[in-house]
Amino acid sequence: MLKKRIIPCLDIKDGRTVKGVNFVGLRDAGDAVELAKRYVQEGADELVFLDITATVEKRKNLTGLVEKIAREINIPFTVGGGINSVEDAQAIIKAGADKVSINTAAVNRPEIISEIASEFGNQCVVLAIDTKLENGEWTVYIHGGRTPTPLRTVDWALEGERRGAGEILLTSMNNDGTKNGFALDITAAVSTAVNIPVIASGGAGTMKHFADVFQQTRASAALAASIFHFGEISIPQLKQFLKQQNIEVRGEG
Amino acid sequence: MVCIIKYNAGNIASVKNAVERLGHECIITDDKAEIRRAGKVIFPGVGEASSAMGYLKERELDTVIKSLDQPVLGICLGLQLLCRYSEEGNTNCLGIFDTTVKKFPLSDIVPHIGWNNLEHTKSSLFEGFGNDDAVYFVHSYYAEICTQTIAECDYILPFSASIQNNNFFATQFHPEKSANVGERILKNFLDL
Repeated sequence: MLKKRIIPCLDIKDGRTVKGVNFVGLRDAGDAVELAKRYVQEGADELVFLDITATVEKRKNLTGLVEKIAREINIPFTVGGGINSVEDAQAIIKAGADKVSINTAAVNRPEIISEIASEFGNQCVVLAIDTKLENGEWTVYIHGGRTPTPLRTVDWALEGERRGAGEILLTSMNNDGTKNGFALDITAAVSTAVNIPVIASGGAGTMKHFADVFQQTRASAALAASIFHFGEISIPQLKQFLKQQNIEVRGEG
Repeated sequence: MVCIIKYNAGNIASVKNAVERLGHECIITDDKAEIRRAGKVIFPGVGEASSAMGYLKERELDTVIKSLDQPVLGICLGLQLLCRYSEEGNTNCLGIFDTTVKKFPLSDIVPHIGWNNLEHTKSSLFEGFGNDDAVYFVHSYYAEICTQTIAECDYILPFSASIQNNNFFATQFHPEKSANVGERILKNFLDL
């Protein structure tokens, strides 16, 4: 049986550090490669690295880091944040990333989805959607959640699929950081509408939240950051729990 | 020396990294003499079948691959190109494996992305492989089961997760991305 995937997300800044990490037993809690290796050992199914570097100049350090990650870890990983062109995507993929996630650039110029997909295959393109519920309607936000767009979330997900996205990474801004659970309604709506995998993101606080999103929506994977970084939930413990709920997950290593 | 065949397909660096982690020297090349000389050849690939076949033919790598007598490992699109025919772009492939490649019916999520179990494993490639072990797949096309199938996977329908014909081995999944389980499979190949 195909396993539901558990995906830790790491924020990268200036090609090196990870923010918001407090992990006992790491030589350098800020070292992305160290943290990635730790998650691999614990049974993470995939990793997402999100570049939050502010300037284009400093962003150049990113490919060096991607090369290092690719040398050290033996599970798939996605890199996102600030990918604006096919050239940006190419540099990241050539450096060893399996997939790139695109967000703002895809809204600004949807053709970029098909351009990257036709160059590297659909499986390389993760369409990241930040969504917010306002006045009873889920719509798409860009620029790290700062700028609203008129796009309805389900429509945009369908367009992304049509243009060749291989997966959708769906983050609910209403839930992100609350630890009150994933946004089950919009995750269910998007994952039912499209026929590509949907990664649920935003709001995980307990192990039950992961079970809920897998049992109540068609999500293929669930992503979280701080609860893993701060050791609030360990991946082996989470997978044990999900197995007890009869949810198919993969064991360690 | 392990030789990875270079062509216009995706993330080949990952395969090289995985081989090097296992302590083997490894080069990525499209040099025909170099490929013929190698102790082991890996034929990876992510991408589209007809353009990949076109690229191989242009460089006469298709005849080189068919003539190899050392152990060869096709991965993902590499497996599909070693089959007889692929529905993807109506492509006549290399014909090492006596089976055809079809698109998954859309009755469930496609592509098949993620970790899945293998069934009916029968080859030294899978020595040490446990029933609960899972490997990482990412594909929208699958090779039909045939007499040369050495591992099956069930997603939407049962398909060939691995095929062998004499010195030609191939996996639909990515051993280089399948954590320790995949590393073991890759090591079994490199130890042949």
